[in-house]
Amino acid sequence: MDLLWNIPFITVAVLIIIGLYAVLARRNLIKIVIGISIIENGVNLFLITLGYRAGGLAPIYTSLPEGTSIPSGMVAPIPQALTLTSIVIGVAVLALMLSLVMHIYKHYNTLDPRRIRRLKE
Amino acid sequence: MDKRTIISLLALVVVAVFLAMSMIMLHQFGEPERMPMDDYIITNTQSETGTNNGVTAVVFDYRGFDTLGEATILFAAVAGVVALFRGFKK
Amino acid sequence: MNEMSKIVRTMSNILFPLILVFGFYVIMHGHLTPGGGFQGGAVVASGCAMLLVAYGSTWVHKKVKESLLSSFESIGAVMFISLAILGLIIGGVFFSNFLVSLHSIFGNIPPSGSTLSDVNTGGVLPLMNIAVGVKVIAGLFVVVLVMAYASKGLKEG
Repeated sequence: MDLLWNIPFITVAVLIIIGLYAVLARRNLIKIVIGISIIENGVNLFLITLGYRAGGLAPIYTSLPEGTSIPSGMVAPIPQALTLTSIVIGVAVLALMLSLVMHIYKHYNTLDPRRIRRLKE
Repeated sequence: MDKRTIISLLALVVVAVFLAMSMIMLHQFGEPERMPMDDYIITNTQSETGTNNGVTAVVFDYRGFDTLGEATILFAAVAGVVALFRGFKK
Repeated sequence: MNEMSKIVRTMSNILFPLILVFGFYVIMHGHLTPGGGFQGGAVVASGCAMLLVAYGSTWVHKKVKESLLSSFESIGAVMFISLAILGLIIGGVFFSNFLVSLHSIFGNIPPSGSTLSDVNTGGVLPLMNIAVGVKVIAGLFVVVLVMAYASKGLKEG
């Protein structure tokens, strides 16, 4: 059936749904941050699997095995470069989120987002 | 807060149905459409940039502006974390 | 954080130079094999985080100040921008690869097809790899050190 061959794309959809559920329906700030990180991992996986050619090798010319046809036997290099940038941006956003959670815990002494309501003081 | 949780879970179900349908109707995994820009980059990497690695040539030479923006974001995030923890003595 | 036992400290003393050598190998050969600036920088930064866990954050914070690591990161960023502006002055466009067309330091051109690896190729790419690698190492180490030192006072309560 045609459905069985799109398993990487279905994995991406499952990852994004799990991450969205963790953001919407959990009552602990650390679990919400973990859910955002799961959504970012799903999006990176989607970017990489868009450029795959069946039976292809990596686009590197050092010690290439003989008999590979040059443009059509290699995988596309552009989605891999975009995924590299996206991973680094995910790390930067995660560092800032975790430091904000540490400040909230020091000030309010709780990690429940329904008890953190006042914006001033 | 039960009403808020039920409404958000209903919205999650609608988003999940649309996401699953669009992932099934995408192209077959392993046979993408024609990609002329990637073919040009693979055939002309060694004569224009002088490297053997296609991915590094795309990251630093053909699309160097994105790497510049990413280095700026990394610098701003590290500066933000250090500035937030400045008066954090015991 | 307190320090760990003597076995953990001895093993991390043995492992740390090997991780450093492997990380610099991945950074330097970014134009021949898979790797580059970001990947090698992440390897070296996790080696430094292993040292931080083994020796305790109090001792490490006395030896390494944050201002030294911040200046390393600024050196990496300034080197990256100056290589791009040098491309504008010599080549004519922003980010141009001026070392390949001048046949200068890194200026060999590899023959087309499958070749053996030659470090002398690549143009301005190995210098950019080194700049980004230094920046990533300093940035990630500063974040881990600051968070580990600041979470000492949060443990009770």
